[in-house]
Amino acid sequence: MNALKGFSAPIVAGVVLFGLWQGVLSLFNPDGFVLPAPSEIVGALIENWDEVYQGVRITGFVVVSGLIAGIVLGIIAALLVTRFRTANETITPLAVAVNAIPIIALAPIFNNWFGLTSPRSNQAIVVALVFFPIFINTTRGLTQVDRSQIELMESYAASRSRITREVRIPNAMPFFFTALKLSTSLAVIAAIVAEYFGGRQDALGPMITQSAGLTRYDEAWAAVLAGTAIGAVLYFAVLVLERVAMPWHSLIRAHGDDK
Amino acid sequence: MNVIDIQGATKVFNPGRSNQVEALAEIDLAVEPGEFITLIGPSGCGKSTLLRLIASLISPSTGSVEVNAKPAEQARLDRDYGMAFQTAGLFDWRTVTKNIELPLELMGWPRLNRRRRAAEMLELVKLSEFAKHHPSELSGGMQQRVAIARALAFSPSLLLMDEPFGALDEMTREHMQDELLRIWKETGTTVVFVTHSIPEAVYLSTRVLVMSPRPGTIASTIGVDLGDRSAATRDDPAFFKKVTEVRIALREVEG
Ligand SMILES: Nc1ncnc2c1ncn2[C@@H]1O[C@H](COP(=O)(O)OP(=O)(O)O)[C@@H](O)[C@H]1O
Ligand SMILES: [Mg+2]
Repeated sequence: MNALKGFSAPIVAGVVLFGLWQGVLSLFNPDGFVLPAPSEIVGALIENWDEVYQGVRITGFVVVSGLIAGIVLGIIAALLVTRFRTANETITPLAVAVNAIPIIALAPIFNNWFGLTSPRSNQAIVVALVFFPIFINTTRGLTQVDRSQIELMESYAASRSRITREVRIPNAMPFFFTALKLSTSLAVIAAIVAEYFGGRQDALGPMITQSAGLTRYDEAWAAVLAGTAIGAVLYFAVLVLERVAMPWHSLIRAHGDDK
Repeated sequence: MNVIDIQGATKVFNPGRSNQVEALAEIDLAVEPGEFITLIGPSGCGKSTLLRLIASLISPSTGSVEVNAKPAEQARLDRDYGMAFQTAGLFDWRTVTKNIELPLELMGWPRLNRRRRAAEMLELVKLSEFAKHHPSELSGGMQQRVAIARALAFSPSLLLMDEPFGALDEMTREHMQDELLRIWKETGTTVVFVTHSIPEAVYLSTRVLVMSPRPGTIASTIGVDLGDRSAATRDDPAFFKKVTEVRIALREVEG
């Protein structure tokens, strides 16, 4: 499958990394107290499979629903703002400024708003964290269009919405996917850290804090590994989606330099 | 009937503001069907501005611009002209064929007609084998040919070109000039062509318009009658004479 091309290198690198980790620890850190070896983590993962699986379901739902809502809102806002020039000139710099707020630090405050044990606050953190990069990047892609391409469309007496569809949206796709790739890993981090402060107690976040509190580091690491898996699966899905949505883009990468 | 009729057109950008620019002063121009007009002049003299006025991408501050005996705006809405720029301005997300079909799609042509016409145009610019390629797979010269094919696809009576060969190397450029002349002869289109190359202006046109520095005016008009162009034309003493004539006219306006 063409869409899978180029994914083998990171897999190989991952295998090598884990091999080194296992090897170095078995030589120098036989207790596995602070940093358990991969074999111990996998052991803990199998032993606690039901809880980890439940955690992945809960946290995964927070991540995916938050991502989708953040993406949809970000795209809608970007389209609205590009429609009206003054809106773009006032709102977009504001969004860039707001984006500088460490949104994850708001987790305890969001808990207060949405209820301590409700996953809503965790979702809201993910939405807020995903929204800004998607919104800012997509807006950039929708507006930073080759001037002559717009003039060309105007010379054909194309309508505004047609120009948006034919020129602005395709132009924004690489910008959008760059933000999306960034967002998937951010979303997992945000969800788990937000869960440290509240939300459902069977999610991955509480599992990590509780295991670590009981010095069951292998279990904590098993939960971290599960979180990593969520991020990796999402990232992979985005890469595939990107190649399907922009088949021309890999051509640009392959041929762009010798124009 | 004139293809282009410009009377007393001026263009001031950002009037009344501190960044006001008087780009064009009093342009009068009449272009007859089948002419090949080139605009040449110092950089910033308003060549692109004049072309955009004809295309109705901007409107004149005073005066009038008519294309095919109607206001330029109406001619644009009627898709009376095709346009090509210095950058090919192709859409990377469309194949070569789909790029050429774009204006036809906007004009509501049925699919099969679009396909057929795109194939014809690709033959005209000798790129048939690249129909399914994406622009990024083509060289700069090939991309420019696609842009010209796109501009010609709906058989506009007028072709507006803004330094379309400016970014090409000399060999490709001369080849493209010959292709353009061939197409011009085959289609009978009227062409307005902006360039900053004197030999290019002389080689291509029936009439060279030399523009003065900003605010731009048409300082002199030089008719060119060299008959059918060929490789020999570029070595013809008559060709060199015209080149010198344009060069002197340019030197005069630049002062
Ligand atoms: N949209 C615009 N706003 C303000 N000034 C402009 C604009 N377009 C062109 N100009 C100015 O008008 C003058 C003529 O520009 P242009 O027609 O592009 O020159 P040329 O194509 O002959 O090099 C230049 O001084 C340029 O800076
Ligand atoms: Mg110009």
